[in-house]
Amino acid sequence: MKRGISYTTAFMTLLQRDLRIAIRHRGDIFNPLLFFILVVTLFPLGIGPEPQVLTRVAPGIIWVAALLASMLSLERLFKADYNDGSLEQMLLSPQPLALMVLAKVLAHWILTGVPLILVAPLLAVLLHLEDNSYGALMSTLALGTPILSLLGAIGVALTVGLRKGGVLLSLLILPLYIPVLIFATSAIDAAGLNMAYDGQLAILAAMLVGSLILAPFAIGASLRVSTN
Amino acid sequence: MWKWLHSYADPERAYKLSGTLLPWFSTLAILLVGTGSIWGLLFAPTDYQQGDSYRIIFIHVPAASMSMAAYMGMAIASFIGLVWQIKSADWAAAAIAPIGAVITFIALLTGAAWGKPMWGTWWVWDARLTSELVLLFLYLGVISLYASFEDKVLAARASGILAIVGVINIPIIKYSVDWWSSLHQPSTIRITEKSTMSTDMLYPLLINIFGFGMMIGAITLIRYRTEILARNGMRPWVRDLATAEEAK
Amino acid sequence: MQFDSFKDFLDMGGYAFYVWLSYGVTFGCLATLITLSIRQKRKVLIEIAKKITREQRLKETRGNNRESKT
Repeated sequence: MKRGISYTTAFMTLLQRDLRIAIRHRGDIFNPLLFFILVVTLFPLGIGPEPQVLTRVAPGIIWVAALLASMLSLERLFKADYNDGSLEQMLLSPQPLALMVLAKVLAHWILTGVPLILVAPLLAVLLHLEDNSYGALMSTLALGTPILSLLGAIGVALTVGLRKGGVLLSLLILPLYIPVLIFATSAIDAAGLNMAYDGQLAILAAMLVGSLILAPFAIGASLRVSTN
Repeated sequence: MWKWLHSYADPERAYKLSGTLLPWFSTLAILLVGTGSIWGLLFAPTDYQQGDSYRIIFIHVPAASMSMAAYMGMAIASFIGLVWQIKSADWAAAAIAPIGAVITFIALLTGAAWGKPMWGTWWVWDARLTSELVLLFLYLGVISLYASFEDKVLAARASGILAIVGVINIPIIKYSVDWWSSLHQPSTIRITEKSTMSTDMLYPLLINIFGFGMMIGAITLIRYRTEILARNGMRPWVRDLATAEEAK
Repeated sequence: MQFDSFKDFLDMGGYAFYVWLSYGVTFGCLATLITLSIRQKRKVLIEIAKKITREQRLKETRGNNRESKT
C-alpha cells in the first residue's frame, strides 16, 4: 500500500474540497460580490451623475471597491477550518504547508476573484469608463486580484486566532495593497489616454510572481503562530 | 543543564547590560539634540529662499530618516527572534515599535507644518509624505497586532512576521508611491537642493540626525528594560526588584 | 547668532507659528513618550509586587485553613 500521496494529489484534493464547501454555502461567494457592486453603486450617488467626473474616477472606484471586497471575503479563508480543527490537521500533514496554503488561496481566488473580474465590466459601464480602458481593466484585475488574495491571506493567517480580527485585518493588509492599487489604476488611466500600459502590467505580473513565491511561506509561518 | 542556564541568565544579563548602556545613550542624546537644535534655531544662517521656516528641517529630516531606520531595526530584531527563537530580540522589537510610530508621526506633522508656508497647504500628496504615512500605518499595524494577543510570545512572533513582510514591501511601496507622484504632480516642488546646503546648515542637521538616533536608542533601552521585566515576572531577580520598588 | 533680539528669535522671520508648532509638537511628543516609558517600568514592577503579595496571602490563608481543619 502506498502510504503518502503525491503533492499534486494533495493540492488538487484540498482545492476541490474548498471549492465544494464554498459551492454548498453560496453566500460566501455572493456576499463579497454584492458588496463590491453596492460600493461601486454608492459612488455615483455620492459624487454626482456627471459622466465626465465618473469617467475620471471610475478606475479608482472599481479598484478600491475590489480591494475592500477581497479583504471582506478573506476573513473567512481560514476561519471555518480553524474552528473545526481541520486547519491543525493540515498543519500536521506530511505535505509542505506552503503548498496546502497555496491551494486554499487559489480556491479563494477562484471563488471571489474570478466573479469579481467577470462583473467588473458591467460596473465599468455604469461608471462610464473610457472605451479603450476595458482591456486594461480586465487584465489588471486578472493580475491584481491574485496578489490581493495572497497578501491578504498573510493578514488573515495572523489574525485567525483572534476574536476581534476584523478591523485589525484592514490595518494590517490595506497598506500592503497600495502598490497594486497604484499600478493597476495607472494602467487603466494610461489605456484611457491611448497610451501603452504594458509597463504597469509587467510590474503587476512581477508582483504576482513574487508574492506567489514568498507569500505561501509567510502564510504558513503565520498559521503556525496562530494555531499554537 | 547549559541550555537551562543560558535561557535563565539571558534576560537578567540583557537587563543589566541595557542598564549600563542607558546613561551613555541618554547623555549623548541630550547633548547632541540640544546642540543641534540650538545651533539650528539660533546660529544657522537664514535660507535665502525660505527664510526662517526652513529651520523645521533640523527636526523634520532627522525624524524622517530615523523613522525608516527604526523600522529596519525592528524588523531585524524580529527576524532574529523568529529564526533563532531568541526572546530578548522579540522584546527589543516590541520596544522599538511605539517609538518608531511616534517618530513617524513627528516626521509627518513637521512635514505638514513646513508644507503650509512653503506650498500653501498642510498636506500635499508628495511622494515622501505619502510613503511616510504608509509607514505610520505599518507601525500601527505591528503595534495593534502585538497588543491584541494575550500570549505575548505568540504576539511577538505574529507581529514579527508582519514586520518582515512590511520590510519586503517597503521598497515596493516606496517605489510605487514615487512613481505615482511623479505621474500625478508637477515636479516643480523641491524643498531643498542638497548640494546648495551650506556647511553651517549641514552640521546642525547631521548632529541632530545622530542625536535622534541616540535618543531612539535611549528610549528603546528604557522600554526594553520594562519589556524584560514584564515578560519575566516569575523570575526571582525580577521579584526582588519588584518588592524593592514597592517598598519605596 | 542670526537674530538681533529675542523678539526676532521668537518671530522666526514671520514663520513663528509653523516653526514653533513643529518644535513644540516634536519635543512634546518625545517628552510624553519618555515619561510614559519611564513610568511604565514602575507600573510593571508594582504590578509584579502586588501579584507576589497576593500569592503570599493565598498561601497564608491556605495554611490557616489547614490548621483550623486539624
